[in-house]
Amino acid sequence: MKRIYLDYAATTPVRPEVKKIMEEFQSKYFGNPSAIYFEGRQAKTALENGRKLIAEILKVKPQEIIFTNGGTESINLAIFGVSRRYKKLFKKPRLITSQIEHPSVLETMKQLKKEGFEIIYLPTDKFGTVITDELKNSLNRQTLLVSIMYANNEIGTIQPITTIAKIIKDKKFSIANTQFPIFHTDGCQAAGFLEIRPKKLGVDLMSLNGSKIYGPKASGLLYIKNGVQLEPLIFGGGQENNLRSGTENVASWIGLAKALELAQKERGSETKKLIPLRDYLIKNILEIPKSFLNGHSKNRLPNNVNVTILDIEGEAMVLQLDKCGISASTGSACHSKILRPSHVLTAIGLPREVIHGSLRLTLGRNTTKKDLDYAVKNIKQIVKELREISAVKISYEKK
Amino acid sequence: MKKSEADLILKNEVPWLYSKKVKEHFFNPKNFMKPSEEKKFKYNAYGEAGSAVCGDLMKFWLWIDQKTEKIKKARWRTFGCGSAIASTSMLSVMITEKGGMPLTKAQKIKPQDIMKRLGGLPIIKIHCSVLGDEALRAAIKDYERQKNEKNKNRQK
Repeated sequence: MKRIYLDYAATTPVRPEVKKIMEEFQSKYFGNPSAIYFEGRQAKTALENGRKLIAEILKVKPQEIIFTNGGTESINLAIFGVSRRYKKLFKKPRLITSQIEHPSVLETMKQLKKEGFEIIYLPTDKFGTVITDELKNSLNRQTLLVSIMYANNEIGTIQPITTIAKIIKDKKFSIANTQFPIFHTDGCQAAGFLEIRPKKLGVDLMSLNGSKIYGPKASGLLYIKNGVQLEPLIFGGGQENNLRSGTENVASWIGLAKALELAQKERGSETKKLIPLRDYLIKNILEIPKSFLNGHSKNRLPNNVNVTILDIEGEAMVLQLDKCGISASTGSACHSKILRPSHVLTAIGLPREVIHGSLRLTLGRNTTKKDLDYAVKNIKQIVKELREISAVKISYEKK
Repeated sequence: MKKSEADLILKNEVPWLYSKKVKEHFFNPKNFMKPSEEKKFKYNAYGEAGSAVCGDLMKFWLWIDQKTEKIKKARWRTFGCGSAIASTSMLSVMITEKGGMPLTKAQKIKPQDIMKRLGGLPIIKIHCSVLGDEALRAAIKDYERQKNEKNKNRQK
């Protein structure tokens, strides 16, 4: 059966250009960059050239880039790294984040709370935009780090990162020649569509990964502004400037560099192509009675559609769609490993019984209008059938 | 077509999320209350369990033979995930098969009995998605209440 993949925010296939360059490195240039003989020097050169390529794309210095094994690791390294490094400088160190972050941020924060940090979770408005006034109120002289995602993975809302950076900048203070608060952004969902040059955004740390931009899985990077110091999480041979030990995954990281180069080169054209498709899909799904859009109608990722369809449950919807060859996702509690409804949909103010009916469809490079027509046709039929079985008629007016 | 190395690792077997029985009942639910029969279906017992807030709500309508006190017909509706739909469907089969289940027996059905017939469910799903037995007991209670009321009226 033909599959229509509409979960590009979960992960993307590796694009041919990336695959090709990775294959060459995996087979031909396999040396260990720490070795001093020819193969080692060759791998080292490739790795550093990959780093330079990324530095050029991001308009930063190559030594400001650390490779990791994925977005989660980059985020862990960024948040644990600076928090533990500078903790001693504060009496009651405070970390500020938002309620709608990816679990890799939220769970890291939870761990740091146990280590004595005070954590502030900023609320969002009903569209999922972080309330910047709350940030202003939360910033104090004990604030070590602010970590706000660039674009949300569930509802696609794009955060006003430059505005947030400006607010933080205005409250900067200096201890032991270091400027605080440090500002980290999780840019994993943004790299395919948005401006990501750290200096343009005003961020000190930025996490990116390959698996959302048609690059290899388990590949990531962390931009660390010159002067910001981190405690490593992984110890060993001292690779990656002593911040991430372990033999370098040269092929994967070259693949990441290539994927990032192409993603940023094509972000304009991809955006132009996907926005009309996204809005077409939204318009057609919202023809279903008792349905509404989650997130912001304009200020959202070009590939993200997240709707709530009342009276039915998301996991049942996803399983039915899967049977029709369509891959989708939901924020329903029944879908999650811990049976908790989406924290993002909770943060934007949806009640639990409404969250159960959420459906996320995310588009990608290969998505066509024909695919969307097929998806809409099936969604409508499935909704009809599941509503016939459903025991509830929820009355909910979206505010 | 020749199988690739990757195909061999997959063995061409992609298991479904739940058991075969769950799959069967989820995609072809039995005995649910169709909108067309909503007004026509004759019942003398009704019960529900769960809540929309928790994500699972089940309703049962039963036709109980008053002489034999066996469940002759059952209809249900469920708001919930795949395993919730399948477990209610399976329960409706269990109580109506083989000439209908006596109320005394139906009252004692446990989630484990439904699960067994479904070929198992992930442990995390049991508590929330197998509520059909509760809805069934609520319906039987409703039947008993009506019966008692009738008896009282007769005595008057």
